[in-house]
Order: sequence, then structure tokens, then C-alpha cells
Amino acid sequence: MSEYILEMENITKEFPGVVALKDVTFKVKKGEIHALVGENGAGKSTLMNVLSGIHPYGSYTGKIIFKGAECRFRNISESEAAGIAIIHQELALIPYLTIAENIFLGNERAKNGIIDWDETNRRAIELMKKVGLKEKHTARIKDIGVGKQQLVEIAKALSKNCELLILDEPTAALNDDDSDHLLSLLETLNKEHGLTCILISHKIHEVIKIAHNITVLRDGRTIETLDNSGEPVSEGIIIKDMVGRELMDRFPRHSAKIGEIGFEIRDWVVHDPLDEDKVVIDHVNLNVRKGEIVGLAGLMGAGRTELAMSVFGRAYGKKISGTLIKDGKEIVLRNVSDAIANGIAYVPEDRKTSGLILIQDIKRNLTLANLKALTQNFVVNEDEEIKIAKDYREKLDIKSSSVFQKVGNLSGGNQQKVVLSKWIFANPDVLILDEPTRGIDVGAKYEIYKIIIQLAEAGKCVIMISSELPEILGITDRLYIMNEGRIVGEMKTEEATQEGIMSVIIQSSDRSDRGNQNA
Amino acid sequence: MHKFREFIDRNIRQYGMVIALIVIMVFFGFATKGSLIWPRNISMLVRQNTYVIVLAIGMMLCILTGGNIDLSVGSLVALVGAMSGTLYTTLGWPDWLAIILSLLTGLVAGMWQGFWIAFVKVPPFITTLSGMLAFRGLTNIILQGYTLSLRGLYEVIGNGSLPDVAPNTVRDFLRVGDLLNLKNKPEFLNATTLIVGLILSIAYVLFIILNRRSKKARGYEVASVRSVIGKAIAFFIIINVFAYWLAMDEGIPILLVIAAALYTIYTFITTKTIPGRHLYAMGGNIKAAELSGVNTRKMMFLVYSNMGLLAGIAGIVVSGRLMSASPIAGQNYELDAIGACFIGGASAYGGVGTIWGAIVGGFIMGVMNNGMSIIGWDVFMQQVSKGLIVLFAVAFDMWSKSKSKM
Repeated sequence: MSEYILEMENITKEFPGVVALKDVTFKVKKGEIHALVGENGAGKSTLMNVLSGIHPYGSYTGKIIFKGAECRFRNISESEAAGIAIIHQELALIPYLTIAENIFLGNERAKNGIIDWDETNRRAIELMKKVGLKEKHTARIKDIGVGKQQLVEIAKALSKNCELLILDEPTAALNDDDSDHLLSLLETLNKEHGLTCILISHKIHEVIKIAHNITVLRDGRTIETLDNSGEPVSEGIIIKDMVGRELMDRFPRHSAKIGEIGFEIRDWVVHDPLDEDKVVIDHVNLNVRKGEIVGLAGLMGAGRTELAMSVFGRAYGKKISGTLIKDGKEIVLRNVSDAIANGIAYVPEDRKTSGLILIQDIKRNLTLANLKALTQNFVVNEDEEIKIAKDYREKLDIKSSSVFQKVGNLSGGNQQKVVLSKWIFANPDVLILDEPTRGIDVGAKYEIYKIIIQLAEAGKCVIMISSELPEILGITDRLYIMNEGRIVGEMKTEEATQEGIMSVIIQSSDRSDRGNQNA
Repeated sequence: MHKFREFIDRNIRQYGMVIALIVIMVFFGFATKGSLIWPRNISMLVRQNTYVIVLAIGMMLCILTGGNIDLSVGSLVALVGAMSGTLYTTLGWPDWLAIILSLLTGLVAGMWQGFWIAFVKVPPFITTLSGMLAFRGLTNIILQGYTLSLRGLYEVIGNGSLPDVAPNTVRDFLRVGDLLNLKNKPEFLNATTLIVGLILSIAYVLFIILNRRSKKARGYEVASVRSVIGKAIAFFIIINVFAYWLAMDEGIPILLVIAAALYTIYTFITTKTIPGRHLYAMGGNIKAAELSGVNTRKMMFLVYSNMGLLAGIAGIVVSGRLMSASPIAGQNYELDAIGACFIGGASAYGGVGTIWGAIVGGFIMGVMNNGMSIIGWDVFMQQVSKGLIVLFAVAFDMWSKSKSKM
């Protein structure tokens, strides 16, 4: 048997009108962590779908050899039976079932068709220990964090005795702590149990940290496989391979012409919508000047999204108190349309679930928040709408067949451009951007940054929430640090460092822990 | 050619349904040896199915909000009939007042349900199930099990046609021989119908020409001259042929006027106004719609209130046509309306569907019912085929969607 556990040779996969994979060869050694990187649309997911049988044998050309034998998977259960498990970016867990039930979902421990709960629980506890999940096996999925849910997925994969584990963007939704934990778990499973992993990730520093080999895909082709087992590969080489050019600056330059304070939040308190006694946002004060980009840094769950949404016409929370001041005058926003009418825009964190109407086309999505501007005598002017949509499509370079294309068929970066267009068309003075570049590839990120900077340069107040510290440090002028619903620090970006921000967060957590103990 | 392909792609679902309707009509046209498409029968088809169309228009709006339905409309039709019967026949109030109060009853019932759905967040299925039981019960309490006769304006609405305006000299001119060998055929073509057809078709042609010109003047994209002329000619012919057909019978049924007016109003609302846009947006993604400033609660309240009002209109239509208020009126009408919407291309998840589709869906069911009755299939067989049609229509929808994703 060769040293390779998996050899995919000359894989070509075509969709109507597009060649998604062209003659891709991808080999994974037994017992290694092999990273697969590339921009969105480079073909990573398609390649993994071919491997796991989602694209069945016959719909592609080429050869898959797994453990020395050629495989012709027709569906996922066949590839699972062979020992290949895939964990998708969108987790496939059932929120109302317990951890143990989820681990054995579709693979139930049963005797004569009746579920053996003792065996289920015993095995679940064993697997949870293996992946370092410290929860009760009877806890429900909806009550545990995303990081722990990810661990449940891994436990589920292990329960099927998998030999090759594929993880698609496992850390995309995780904060730094949870990401570190997950990556070290992968390393442990790899070293101690000899589990072979394929890791798909956008986070290049993670890949360099744990992968033995790194394969770069671009435009459906393999560019090269880099050996990362000895001397670490440089980030620059990978990025160059990914985008096909050297990215000198990951962040566009911007010359800030910062004016007076345009928007201010004072003494903002928000309670949990489900539990009115629980304070989610605790006396937050912040301000943004005209032409300024202000960052909101913090870990996941720090309350940044909750803050933004509660400000945006009380789209989140109960018993909200505090004052909002725009251009020196207090404004009261009772609902989202009030907020829009007062020139506030909020670009939500998850564009698919809360930013876009995927079954509608570009033009309709683009105008939804500001239909009033198109309406005369109760009639929406659809011709004007097409004209405006064409304008934005050109200005923001939204790659699409026409403004009649459904946004559900666009790539992540282009979807984000549609969301941004929508809010630019609403012509706000204050823009709150929640994770504007999540799940977008390097090239498209750069374009999004350029748009954000243009908005600031046009004199708008921009608040940017981001979990990627380099991004906050790269384009903001000033930043606030949030933790546990409070603002715990404020600094000028030029004086800030990643380490500095993290230590502020950690110190504030320590302090509040001590506070709780004293109380 | 590329443009044409794009156009077809964008409209396939709607045109598919119209083609299905034509195929079904041709099939039953042959199967019934032509009786299905006789003027008398076409006129009856319209009268028989107006209630489905009225209800399907309202139901389409409910479905658009996110696949929500209203199960109470059949019972509400009966309740409105009962109100009418009591006010007009039992109490002897004027017919116009009874009609207004009956419509108000429908609206209030709709607002009642809208309140629970929009502001208390009781799922529409549960709320309207409750309405279905309660309104039927109220009907029986009011009518005490009796059927009341309804005449006057009700009869005119349910069975009347627009009066013939032609003086006798013109009538002589419109005398036609009995070409189709029809029984009970009036001796003259109905002049009103011909005139209305001509006016409508000319108005329509003028509208599309002027609309194109004004769009062009303002620098918007316009369709090619050829396609506009083609469309104008096609509609001119269709409208006038249909008018001629109706003119061979009693002319334009008042019910057709009601249906056409509702079609025009609701098509305008759903396609040209902000509330219409908001409706489609919330059906497509309710969270994104809320974060774009759509007041989803208000929309739900309005949609269900409106459904009540339309059920009121359907109630008048049905009691007028049957010339009576019966405790068992309107049974299963909610299912006919829901079926019409899904046959007409509504998505079971909301956000997709048109008023036009609901109407075509309603006619498909109507033609099938009517055709099968003429052939002599029994009612139970008709139910079986209606059920299957709804299933196949949605299955076709799912299939075409999975096709388009590839």
C-alpha cells in the first residue's frame, strides 16, 4: 500500500456553463493534517463533495483511490461506510435533541430495532471525553455554544469510525479561544489516534500552524502543494498562490478627514428578550465622528451584535433605556423603519439569514430598504429600479449575469456587495456593519474595505463590528473593545495591537469574575 | 434570442399554468363534444367559479406572507350569507344595507383573526382553524338550521348580466343565425358586451403604446417595437373574441365584473405598491424583511383582515348565486382556494406567486369540475382528480425548482 490514504487523480467536474474543477489532483498521506486553501469559488467544496459522494460517481471524470482501492461513491452513506466523514460549515445538528442523541443520529445504537440508551450514553460520554467536551451528554444542542457544537460534530464523525475527517471552515464561526481549542484537538486526534484530516480554511495563520501539507486551489485547478512539516511556509506565498498575484496591501489606504461627532450612544442598557432580568448590554457609551470608521472588537458573545441591533430600531432586546444622539439632537427609534428614516443603517452579520431575500433578484433586494425613494402616487417605479440596480451593479462591480439574477446564486462576496448596495441606496448617515467580510475570500475582502472607506470619506459615520482583529486594526481609525455587554476599552487604532486588545478583554473578564466572587 | 430565453426563464411558471389551462380546456372541449366551450357554458363557468377566484386572491396574499393559509374562509362565507339572510329576508332591511353590513361582518371577522395572528402570534393555522369551527357554529346559531331565500340585489349580483344598451334598430343589425345550433340562445348579440370589449381592448392598446413612449422619453429600457405590437394585437384579438363569445349568450355577467375589478385592484397592489413588495419580501425571508424596515405584524394583520373582507364578498356572491342563505354553504371552499393558489404557482413557503396565477389555478379547477360533470363522472371521482391535480402541481413546482438550481 502506498503512503497515501487518498489519491484523487485528474478530477474534472462541470456544471452547466462552468467548469468547477479542471484536472485536479489531490493526494493525502496517511496520518497527516492536510490543508486545502483557496478563494471562494476556487473549487474546494466541490472537490470535497466529489469525494464524499454528494456529486455521485459518473457526474465527474477522474479517479478516486481511497486506502488503495478505487471508489465510486454514489451518495454520502457509501463514503461514510468507507470511512470518510465530512463536517460542513453549516452544522447539521438538531437543536432540540441532546448531545448524545445527536452523536448517534442516523447511526443509532440499537438492538432489534429498539434503541439501547445505556449503550448510547456510555459511548457518547466516551466520545465526548475524547474530544474534550465538558458538558452533560443530556444537554440540548441549542443550549451549548457554537464551539461546543463543533466538538459534537467531531464526536459524531468519530462514532462512525472514520479514518479521514474533512472539516469545511470549522473555525469560521468560532472566537479565538474556541478556535485554538478545536485546532489543538485536531492535533491531538491526529497524533494520538492517527486520524487523517483535511482542513478547509480561510484563516491562513491557522493552516500554517497545524497543517503538514497545504494544497492551494485556484479557479478549479491545483496550483501547488506546499510542505509545511518542517520550516513553516510564509503567509505571502500562500496568498500569492491563492489570488494569483502578490497582495502587497491587504487593506486599502485611507486618508481620514474626520469631522465632528455625528452619532452618539449614551448609557445604553438592554435586557434579554427572553429573560427580562438579564442585562445584555450594560451602560454602553460610544460615539462616532463624521468620516470616521470606528471598530467594535471583542469575542463572540461580547454583545456587539445585540448592541447594534438594539440601537437599530429595537430590533433586539427588551426594556431598552438610554439615549441616541445624532447631529447633536436626540432621536427616538421605536422600530426599524424609524431607524431607516433617521438615517441609520445596519448591515447584519449573517447575510443569508438576515440580510438578503435569496429567492429574489438583485434589483429587488437592493431597493427593499428604501422603496419610498422609488414611489410616486403609491406606485413603485420599476424602470427606475432597474436603472438604479444597474448603476450599483457597475459601481460596486457585482459579478452577475444581470440585475435580474437571483441573489441566492451569487458568491458570498457578491452577495455582500448587494447588501452593501442596499444600505448605500438607503442613503444613511450612520452605517453599522456587522462582520462585513465574514466568509468572503481575500480578493473580495479588499473590495469591501474599499467600499467601506469610500463611505467614510463621503462623511458618513461608520461602526464596524469584526471578530478578525487584523481587519479592525487595518481599516478603522479608532476602536472600542467590548466584553460581556460592556465597553471595556477604547483606543486609537494606530496605538492598538492584537495583544493589547486581547489583554484588555482578558483583564476585564478577570475583574468581573472577582467581582462576582466578592458579591 | 438570448433576451427571449431570459424572458422565458423569468416567466415559465406563469405561462406553464396558462398552457396547462388551455390543454385542459382543449381536452374537455373534445371530450364533451364542444359543450364545454359553448358560450352558455363559458358564461356559466365564470359564474360558478367567481367565489373561488375571490377567495383565491385573498388566500394568495396569505400564502405570500410565508406559506400561511386561512382555513376559516368557507365558514365565513356561510356566516356572511346567514347575516344577509337575517338582515334582508327575516328583518326586511333594504338589500344594499344588508350587503354593506354583511361585508363588514367579513371584515371584522378577518380583523379578529388578524389580531390574534399578528399581535398575539398564534399561528395562522390554529387561529383560522378556530375561526372555521366558530364561524360555522355562529352560522347555525343565526339560521337555526333553516335555509333562507335571498332575492333582490343578491339575485341580480349572483345571476344578472350587464343590461343591453342597444336600441331596437341596432339590435336588428346584430341579429344572428343559430350557427352553433344552441338551445335557448338569444336572438341578438349583446351590444353592451361588444362595446365594452372594444373599449377595453382599445384602452389597453393605447395604454401599452403610451406607456412605452413615456418610458422611452424618460430614458428607461423598453421592449422592442415588434414585441409591443405583437402583444397589442394579441390582446386586442383575445379580448374581442372573448367579448363576442359572451355576447352570443346573455352578455357580461355581473360576477365577471366583480372578478375583473378584484383582479385589477389586487394585481396593482401586489406588483406596483410598497405593501405589495413588502409582502413578497417577508415571504422570501422574514428576518431580512424586518431588518429592512418591513412592519411584518402590520402586514399580517392587514392580510388577514383583507381575507375576511374578500370572504365577505365571496359570501355575497355565493348567496346571490344560490339565491339563499344556507347553514351548509361554503363547505370546503377554503380548500378550493388554497388548491387554486398552489396550482397557480404559489410556493408553499411563501414569497412566490401571483394574483394572475391564483385566478388561472381557480379556472383550472373550475374547468375540471365542469368538464367532468358534463362527461358524467360522479362527484367523488371529481374529488379524487382535484386532489391529485394539487399534488402534481406542487410536485411540478419542486421539480422545476431543483432543475433551475443545477
